[in-house]
Amino acid sequence: MTTTGTHVGTQGESPSDDVVGFRNQLRARWQALPERTRIGTAIGLELVLAILFFFVDHSLGIAVGVVAAVYWIFRLPLLPWRLASQVVLTGLFLIFGPRSFGVLLAIGFALFWVPRRHRTWVLPLAAVAGSALYPFYQQKMFTIPVFGVWPDVATGVYMLVFIMMAVGLNIVVGYAGLLDLGYVAFYATGAYTAAWFASEQFAHRRWHFGAVGLDPTLPGIHITIWILLLLAGVITAIFGILIGLPTLRLRGDYLAIVTLGFGEILPQIARNGDNLFGTGINLTNGPNGITPLDSLGFGNTLSRWTGGFLPANFLQCCNANVLGHQIQSTDVFFWVAIGLLLITVFCSLRLQYSRLGRAWIAIREDETAAAAMGIPLMRTKTWAYASGAFFGGVAGAYYAVFKSATFPGDFFFNISVFILCMVILGGMGNITGVIVGAAFLAYLNQEGLANTGSWINTNIHFGSHHPNIDVPLYASGIYGLIILIVMLFRPEGLIPSRRRAAELHEGVHDESLYDVAHAGAEA
Amino acid sequence: MGITGLVFVVALIVLLVKEFTVSPSQFAQATLIGLTNGAVYALIALGYTLVYGILELINFAHGDVFMLGGMFTITFATHFFNLHHGQGFAIIPIVFATLILTMLACGGINAAIEFLAYRPLRNAPRLAPLITAIGVSFIIEDIGLAWKGPNYITAPDVFPHSNVFSVGGVNYQWNHLLVVIITVPVLLALLWLVQQTRQGKAMRATAQDQDAAAIMGINVNRTISFTFLIAGCLAGAAGTLYALWATTVRFDQGFQLGLIAFTAAVLGGIGNLPGAVLGAVTIGLIQSWNEALPWHMPGSDWTESIVFSILILILIFRPEGLLGERTPEGG
Repeated sequence: MTTTGTHVGTQGESPSDDVVGFRNQLRARWQALPERTRIGTAIGLELVLAILFFFVDHSLGIAVGVVAAVYWIFRLPLLPWRLASQVVLTGLFLIFGPRSFGVLLAIGFALFWVPRRHRTWVLPLAAVAGSALYPFYQQKMFTIPVFGVWPDVATGVYMLVFIMMAVGLNIVVGYAGLLDLGYVAFYATGAYTAAWFASEQFAHRRWHFGAVGLDPTLPGIHITIWILLLLAGVITAIFGILIGLPTLRLRGDYLAIVTLGFGEILPQIARNGDNLFGTGINLTNGPNGITPLDSLGFGNTLSRWTGGFLPANFLQCCNANVLGHQIQSTDVFFWVAIGLLLITVFCSLRLQYSRLGRAWIAIREDETAAAAMGIPLMRTKTWAYASGAFFGGVAGAYYAVFKSATFPGDFFFNISVFILCMVILGGMGNITGVIVGAAFLAYLNQEGLANTGSWINTNIHFGSHHPNIDVPLYASGIYGLIILIVMLFRPEGLIPSRRRAAELHEGVHDESLYDVAHAGAEA
Repeated sequence: MGITGLVFVVALIVLLVKEFTVSPSQFAQATLIGLTNGAVYALIALGYTLVYGILELINFAHGDVFMLGGMFTITFATHFFNLHHGQGFAIIPIVFATLILTMLACGGINAAIEFLAYRPLRNAPRLAPLITAIGVSFIIEDIGLAWKGPNYITAPDVFPHSNVFSVGGVNYQWNHLLVVIITVPVLLALLWLVQQTRQGKAMRATAQDQDAAAIMGINVNRTISFTFLIAGCLAGAAGTLYALWATTVRFDQGFQLGLIAFTAAVLGGIGNLPGAVLGAVTIGLIQSWNEALPWHMPGSDWTESIVFSILILILIFRPEGLLGERTPEGG
């Protein structure tokens, strides 16, 4: 093919000639500097920052320095400099303490020496192992600057449960692109299912099925938790289908509003459920909630096999002592939660690349085109709803069992947005991102905000005036701020899925005419 | 669908007739209070409808701007003008000045929200601004929380509680009537603005087709800003009236009332101004009947559920609302 010679328009110009916008100009000028100057300036700035922070809080200054050091270490040539500096940095902490941080650093550096092709399985494995062993080393960990001590194991269970929910919501929002603002309804359904079938709520019945460690004469329905988790998932999934069937033909924002409506109605039913419409039916025990719930138990056989490591039931929990750590019932809940999360993540990953998962992505990217290619819209969307609901239900049931209670006050709209915020922060459609985002936000909600607040109140002061901010009070505003910042500056989230990022940056609309010049300059 | 709707409406009418026969005076009383409710909802619902009409965005933050309006009102009235009970007719200029100031403040805030949070996302996928709106809503709620604290704050109870009329056990008090009296001119002014003025024409053109409007020389960005300003002013007016009528404001009120008002906007046909007023009055009446009628009504515990059920049913069966919508969405 030969070029005919004349190009119409300005396509021939190189892009660097027409740098528009203050930010881009600044960036271009920075990149024009010699590399040595750039590195020197950056290191100098980081040093100044570290010293400044050192005066606010010593450990924070050190932390900033270490983060900067780690960043530059990974830009050094592999041998001998990177290895040497890593050994020196680790050694410093191992000798002068905090020693636990030295160990963490050593493990971290070691993981990055694993060849790239093996990392895909080594890193997740290390993450799982690290979490599973968490109860053993949690007490021995160093204090993190600003965030304080490492979260305790109960917070770990909370985090895992919310990661499960976030992974579930990610199927609906991230894969299928259906905005669900009422995910809390699924959480509530799961929790109340667990509460109905593993407590004395229906005291006029007495039906035990596999529940361990209970007095057999105890009134109420008592089904073993293992079946109950599955049951809660299935019931919630059916509920999701029931909600989905009439609503899923609505598009985008209308669907969001309808789900929001369901998310508001359901908790109100729970709140008023102690005397439904004056009929005297006590379904949910109203604002007092249903408590206590039966707990986990592994049965005598399993307990004997593991030498008492897994408790037969929670009345006898726990008499095992492993690695100098007295096993608590919370630890067992933590491990079971890890197991559940692994199943969830496995299913979610398998779904993502299945025929169904690809259909979800097609619908998300262009519904009309997907329908034209023969994808049954309603059925595919309903499956997304059902799968998302299933995991929400399991997580809700498990959390109710862990807390041994279900209160209607747990199911506010805030929780829906909180879970949505996890998905958005981490990166819609990317499991790793969602897990990281969810873990971080759940931690913030449970301990992090309180710790950060007390850090701010003690360390930041103007003369002798200390602020007295109740940071956890403003949790929802902080999530709102996170949502706003992420949507404006990095809509694909912290750890994006590449496909989703492309979508969000290109936009799925046609660009509007009047704004084309402006949009072109921004991109 | 048609038959289902018909059966539903007939059942509702039968229920209302039954209520009326059980206790006519309570029915009339509840209806009158429902009109006042509806007037406040109408002001908020119009803001949703204006914004949705032009950007097809559900501005979740709108309800919270309304809540801020209530807080501004209390601040202006008590701290600036020293409004208190028993000032006689001196309250008229004070309430008027408070109303204007609150409207300006809320309008400015709403326009600022559009400029900072929604405008950068004008070309993003549709759900991005919606999610952002939720974030903004939460931020504003917490601004209110930081400003006035977690408890109810009270406004001076200055609207007279004496009866306008009292017929056969039905008492209609001035404070309820005043809300309606102030609302009506605001609504008329809005209608005049949108239908008669040049700026209103620009708004309608932008709502129909942004590109075509731009080609015709309309400054689309400024028109959108202006729409948000007007919507914010309406939310501010609603905030003033609500604060002085209900006399209590709390940081988390905006979200609930905002959703109710949004339901009203959808009920009337979102994007449709008279529809929003009709929907708001309907929702106001339903709420007040539900809460005040004597015969087997679910009561205030279920108000939200009823309102959201209406929302869901309308969206599923008649997404264009009672009076029809301009936008091609839904269904």
